[in-house]
Amino acid sequence: MQETLFGKLTLSAIPYDNPIVMGAIGAATAMGLLVLGLITYFGKWGYLWKEWFTSVDHKRIGVMYIVLAFVMLLRGFADALMMRMQQAIAQGGMHGYLPPDHYDQIFSAHGTIMIIFVAMPFFIGLMNLIVPLQIGARDVAYPFLNSVSFWLTASSAALVMISLGIGDFSHAGWSGYPPLSETRFSPGPGVDYWIWSLQLGGIGTLMTGINFFVTILRMRAPGMTMMKLPVFSWTILVTNVLIMLSFPVLTVALALLTLDRYLGMHFFTSDLGGNQMMFLNLFWIWGHPEVYIVILPAFGMFSEVVSTFSGKRLFGYHSMVYATVAIAVLSFVVWLHHFFTMGAGANVNAFFGIATMVIAVPTGVKVFNWLFTMYKGRVEFTTPVLWTLGFIITFCIGGMTGVLLSVPPADFVLHNSEFLVAHFHNMLIPGALFGYFAGYAFWFPKAFGFRLDEKWGKRAFWLWLVGFYLAFMPLYALGFMGMPRRLVHYNNPAWQPYLLVAAAGTLVILAAIVCQAVQLVVSIRNREALRDVTGDPWNGRTLEWAVASPPPFYNFAHIPHVQSLDAFTDMKDRGVAYEVPASYQDIHMPRNTAVGVVLGGIAFAFGFSMIWHIWWLALGAAVGALGALVLRSADDSVDYILPAQDVARMERERRQLLAAHEQADTSSESHLAHQG
Amino acid sequence: MSLWPQWVLACDGDCGARWALLNPKGPIAAHEKGLIITAFALMLLVVIPVIFMTIAFAWKYRASNKKAQYEPEWDNSTKIEAVVWAVPAVIVAILATLVWKSSHELSPYRPIHSASQPIQVEVVAMNWKWLFIYPDLGIASVNRLVIPAKVPVSFKITSDTAMSSFFIPQLGGQIYAMAGMQTRLQLVADQPGSYQGLNTQFNGDGFAGMHFETVAASSQDFDSWVAQVKHGVTPLNEETFKTLEVPSENVSPRYFSSVEPKLFERILQKYLPNAAAAQPGQHGMNSTM
Repeated sequence: MQETLFGKLTLSAIPYDNPIVMGAIGAATAMGLLVLGLITYFGKWGYLWKEWFTSVDHKRIGVMYIVLAFVMLLRGFADALMMRMQQAIAQGGMHGYLPPDHYDQIFSAHGTIMIIFVAMPFFIGLMNLIVPLQIGARDVAYPFLNSVSFWLTASSAALVMISLGIGDFSHAGWSGYPPLSETRFSPGPGVDYWIWSLQLGGIGTLMTGINFFVTILRMRAPGMTMMKLPVFSWTILVTNVLIMLSFPVLTVALALLTLDRYLGMHFFTSDLGGNQMMFLNLFWIWGHPEVYIVILPAFGMFSEVVSTFSGKRLFGYHSMVYATVAIAVLSFVVWLHHFFTMGAGANVNAFFGIATMVIAVPTGVKVFNWLFTMYKGRVEFTTPVLWTLGFIITFCIGGMTGVLLSVPPADFVLHNSEFLVAHFHNMLIPGALFGYFAGYAFWFPKAFGFRLDEKWGKRAFWLWLVGFYLAFMPLYALGFMGMPRRLVHYNNPAWQPYLLVAAAGTLVILAAIVCQAVQLVVSIRNREALRDVTGDPWNGRTLEWAVASPPPFYNFAHIPHVQSLDAFTDMKDRGVAYEVPASYQDIHMPRNTAVGVVLGGIAFAFGFSMIWHIWWLALGAAVGALGALVLRSADDSVDYILPAQDVARMERERRQLLAAHEQADTSSESHLAHQG
Repeated sequence: MSLWPQWVLACDGDCGARWALLNPKGPIAAHEKGLIITAFALMLLVVIPVIFMTIAFAWKYRASNKKAQYEPEWDNSTKIEAVVWAVPAVIVAILATLVWKSSHELSPYRPIHSASQPIQVEVVAMNWKWLFIYPDLGIASVNRLVIPAKVPVSFKITSDTAMSSFFIPQLGGQIYAMAGMQTRLQLVADQPGSYQGLNTQFNGDGFAGMHFETVAASSQDFDSWVAQVKHGVTPLNEETFKTLEVPSENVSPRYFSSVEPKLFERILQKYLPNAAAAQPGQHGMNSTM
């Protein structure tokens, strides 16, 4: 009876006996309760539900994605901190404070969280926020699908979080190689948590990929030909092509592993004809494009930032576009470099090694083009520019170590070492995260109507940069000392000083994250002084700066006609940027819906019940999801018409605000720009 | 002779233990180290100018420097474009040649040229220790690999557990150990000595303790070691193998005076679906060499 009702779930799944886990659960619960309490105290539940949770507005969904990314960044970083502290002390007779069983879960969770629940939602959030504005569209192609995608991602993040307190997380690493991830070696629910959170989140991501692909291809403003598409939107377009091509591979690989684990099949087991290397191939056919999925959008952000703050057109736009496409194509023919050491023949290894280093060519071109964008420009050292400069220099080092690893015989000695750990963090932290931070500072005023505090932003940047070098340069050295990754304990006193420096580096990064939190609080408190009245705080070049900050929910009262790559700069030059149209038209808008949240909840219930083998609930959830979709399809009131006179009224109010601001500000020749 | 300046090594006498990859004790590892240094030097040709240009351009064209040229419309130059595509392309072309050559020269399947006949060692990754079988000598050991110096060692590698990776940094590159599959590795130690060996592929709770000592001995020392092991009392048969299969961590070296014939093949075939497919070494991962 108990098994029918609760599957494998029993009270013993809660790790009462582990004080460290219980402490983490306590801290997470306390923070969660505090947030819930504050929302209740201020009576904001109705507001949140009506204006945010059920919203199909791409800007609101974008903000929710970014909030999710920041919350998960805290979790992923806490994991990093715990690993660094363990390795700093667990030498010789000291065994540290983490048993292997716990340490294994931490590094598995850290990788999964940072890639899937920090990097992905962070750039998807910025993409949601900006892309429709940048291409002069009123929303994405499928607003409802967008809401479903977000809630699927959020519910899979919730699955990862709940694995802390109920059961455990995977012990098999973020890449979950079989046969370690098969039931023979991992009988518990940990790998299932990993499977279902990746699977459900991956489906959400795939739908986002389709959504933005269609949006960019079909909804650009008139006149915006593909070669007038801003470079950030180009990188996003290519990224979404990568998502559409690679995520189905992950879905299939996980589904086959699921069949192995749930129905005793043998796709990837060592025995009965299964082959573990098949999983590695499939995983990295998704996994390597995935690296570019998180890095290409950041390249786009750096391009926008460097051009805007150099007050200059982007150098070599065409080269940038071709380089982006070239990287995307090549990203599909390099996956085997993740396992040169499987013992493939020399021809195979040489092919994949050379294909990998060829990627350095378009990437190098991008770096040079950023440099020549600054050349003969007027570079303002704002926070986004600092992130960009820090990125370029640091990324060169990471690129160099990457090319080194692409030489198969060099990889034979560096594979699976701390050198490898240093390398991929050296790509992903400057290459992706610094880009997102630049984009966050750059576009924050667009989302909220006020800029972020520069002083705290710069403090955060310097601490992140210094912390990064302290935390990861010693790992390169440790690689040359032959230290493998994922060690819970070691017997080599020569390694310890380097690991102590690395641990100190994570503390500096902790200080950087604190600065970012302070920055947010300070900026909110000083929001009047930081107010962006014009909607164009940085003398922007693309269409997102043509609308108010925050933009009206319909984005553009009048869809602009694009004549140049830097469409908004061009409109300002021609004096038509703030032109009042002769008349307004009715606007067709999607209506908010609770179905996205409901489907997210159902997905969570489905994932949870599959993990714990609670079959009746899984079946119920599947039927519920289908039912919700059928009901949604039968719903005829999914959209409405915003009358022209309402648009006219809102636009008039904005113009009055602008006029009042310009009067108060006549002495200053440009609006609020150039304060960095 | 090290290509690295002494201050980089910054250690007194125990460099070998410390900077394993920079102190190779065999031709394979030495070749791999040389490759790393060559590739690094080639890449620095681009990376150093780029880092310098980043700082120089950002500083020279800072907004407050009104004396610097400002051309907001300048966004294209065929000459610069040609250079920025060509320079990385040339470097990558050189590196690609290096990759092609070295991938073949250092293929783990390629036998090492030597006057001496290679010694065969069969390696099995287990939870969480390494089993070494010397099929020609009829002995075996756990967590201690003893080899004659200056004699090539030809390894056959498999796993009786999750995927592991067999690595002796000072002698040469690693290779995966996978159940039901056999990989190969060829190494040779230039001189007698003791070198750390380890598993680099995480394979469960006991992973951190899954390392072993590699002892390269002179031929006399090796022969007397073999004789000594043969005098031991524990054979490696079905019964003792069962005790090895029980997961254990941080295992001290053990020796077996005799080995059941074809044990390695039996471990391989244990994972294969039927006899028809049970041909070790025919997995399609053989060298083309």
